[in-house]
Amino acid sequence: MTVESTAARTSRRSAGSKAGSTGTKAAGTRGRAGAKKGADPELVQLLTPEGKRVKNAEYDKYVAGITAEELRGLYRDMVLTRRFDAEATSLQRQGELGLWASLLGQEAAQIGSGRALRDDDYVFPTYREHGVAWCRGVDPTNLLGMFRGVNNGGWDPNGNNFHLYTIVIGSQTLHATGYAMGIAKDGADSAVVAYFGDGASSQGDVAESFTFSAVYNAPVVFFCQNNQWAISEPTEKQTRVPLYQRAAGFGFPGVRVDGNDVLACLAVTKWALERARNGEGPTLVEAYTYRMGAHTTSDDPTRYRGDEERLAWEAKDPILRLRRHLESAHHTDEGFFAELEAESEALGKRVREAVRAMPDPDDFAIFENVYADGHALVDEERARFAAYQASFADAEGV
Amino acid sequence: MAAEKMALAKAINESLRRALESDPKVLIMGEDVGKLGGVFRVTDGLQKDFGESRVIDTPLAESGIVGTAIGLALRGYRPVVEIQFDGFVFPAYDQIVTQLAKMHARSLGKVKLPVVIRIPYGGGIGAVEHHSESPEALFAHVAGLKVVSPSNASDAYWMLQQAIQSDDPVIYFEPKRRYWDKGEVSTEAIPSPLHKARVVREGTDLTLAAYGPMVKLCHEVAAAAAEEGKSLEVLDLRSVSPLDFDSIQASVEKTRRLVVVHEAPVFFGSGAEIAARITERCFYHLEAPVLRVGGYHAPYPPARLEESYLPDLDRVLDAVDRSLAY
Repeated sequence: MTVESTAARTSRRSAGSKAGSTGTKAAGTRGRAGAKKGADPELVQLLTPEGKRVKNAEYDKYVAGITAEELRGLYRDMVLTRRFDAEATSLQRQGELGLWASLLGQEAAQIGSGRALRDDDYVFPTYREHGVAWCRGVDPTNLLGMFRGVNNGGWDPNGNNFHLYTIVIGSQTLHATGYAMGIAKDGADSAVVAYFGDGASSQGDVAESFTFSAVYNAPVVFFCQNNQWAISEPTEKQTRVPLYQRAAGFGFPGVRVDGNDVLACLAVTKWALERARNGEGPTLVEAYTYRMGAHTTSDDPTRYRGDEERLAWEAKDPILRLRRHLESAHHTDEGFFAELEAESEALGKRVREAVRAMPDPDDFAIFENVYADGHALVDEERARFAAYQASFADAEGV
Repeated sequence: MAAEKMALAKAINESLRRALESDPKVLIMGEDVGKLGGVFRVTDGLQKDFGESRVIDTPLAESGIVGTAIGLALRGYRPVVEIQFDGFVFPAYDQIVTQLAKMHARSLGKVKLPVVIRIPYGGGIGAVEHHSESPEALFAHVAGLKVVSPSNASDAYWMLQQAIQSDDPVIYFEPKRRYWDKGEVSTEAIPSPLHKARVVREGTDLTLAAYGPMVKLCHEVAAAAAEEGKSLEVLDLRSVSPLDFDSIQASVEKTRRLVVVHEAPVFFGSGAEIAARITERCFYHLEAPVLRVGGYHAPYPPARLEESYLPDLDRVLDAVDRSLAY
């Protein structure tokens, strides 16, 4: 199967039906539509903020067989991710980390999409995908090296098919697209998920990744967490139309999902991945969510947004929502929550201890891995640096 | 084909063909590289023989080309990307500098980025704006990138083979005004190391160091100077990053004078780095300051003015005279 033939086969059919219909439904809406409770026709939702399971003809089948244990698993993932995130914020406050980018509020979007993946799928994250990293099996302590300043990425991307965090906004969507083009060339049925945010949606690279993925029919899911804020700029500063509608212009479907509904995020991502595996090309998923904390620990959100908005979103908390659902369905007992609480504390302790024990790298790490095949200038500068260092040792009579 | 005289552009074409034949992971990507064979026909016939999946006509988006090439490299491919003209590389500059150059280090050596970016560069062809620039210093300044530029058909062939085999990203600057110059290419030769300079004309009175399109000019300068009884050595640097300072030093210790020639603006150009380092290395050998001949600190001018902007025989000879006058 060639890339060219699948592009010709699928782009009209799938893009036409899906994007066309969502586009019509959403006409006249604006970015904050999801703030309306529950009844928003644009928003795919399977669990209401009260934890009530609502039917959805299109997406129910992707979570139809989900067991109580799997639901508890999603809850556990979200709780542990939040606990890890809180610990990292504390560690920054204690001076152990230079910076932390909290995912508080985005647990459902990340765990739901992350748990939809197969091992052979590949993820290209931003710098906030701690929940997705968790789902991929990346040790959370490895995420902290770059925030402590001991490295710029402390894990092997191919170890868990989870690429390094990308700080330049939107760049990774092109890497994801290229990787997906490679999957198609290999004839594999794996897929790629490119994470990005509402701010990144303005970047040219994101638009170019939409173009390339559409033209080459690449098996990539663009998972946009619209958390309403790009540092201080609201989504209205990035777009006049709901972000998911942009996909239509590129010829592939886009859908907006309740990003605080882990079940809906799981279902919609599974649908999008299924399309990718079936040779139907890219999909844009806009997970409508909220960044409950600051952009990073260096940010002060009180300068640009009020409590009212945050309180409204707290009522839609992703973890609380699933807990209500689990309890009303009698899927859990007190023992489960107590055990999870203990596990959370143990995780926090492990992370804390790991960070405090994280050694500073050797000075000569500066010169390591600049090139794979070496470079004469790097060798020369390393040698000069060594001689310079050694000159102090001589002076001290060591 | 063992040894054959061919144009520099054809040598690149043959080199790409060989890479496509010998490694199924090699891909060609760029604007118009497929059916058209590139605007300079450098990729002529490759898509016909290797298919659209390996010789890929891309959307007109340079950041997208390089960004997806990075993704393909992460998947195990070895993309050879063409940027259509020097002045069009800047939309991709972000991907090249922030991602391509740094990802190997960012991953602590876990991932490699064997991506070659071919860029036809330099002036002298009477083109419109953005089609005649020499931005090599902007890439040489970035750790993680290697920057090379062949001056002749044989080097064009072999240096591209080596660039493609390199596990590091290589910016491969093609001297577009020399595309049609013919030279002997032996496909069975044992090539010199990619980043090694080469003495292409021996001399005793002064060293001319150049790369890419200016090497031919330096040959002409040396021939003209010889008529005046001056013996100039010509050094083809071949690689801008890394620079082969050992070879420059060896030549300067012999001739005691150095003039660096490039089309790029002199200010912060590769000649500045060479002058600084050679002054440091050869301070007691030098009879004159290292001089530079290159473009001016002005936008590349309209075509009718480019002869006045570009280094030519007289301007280089003028620098030679100034150096010898010390």
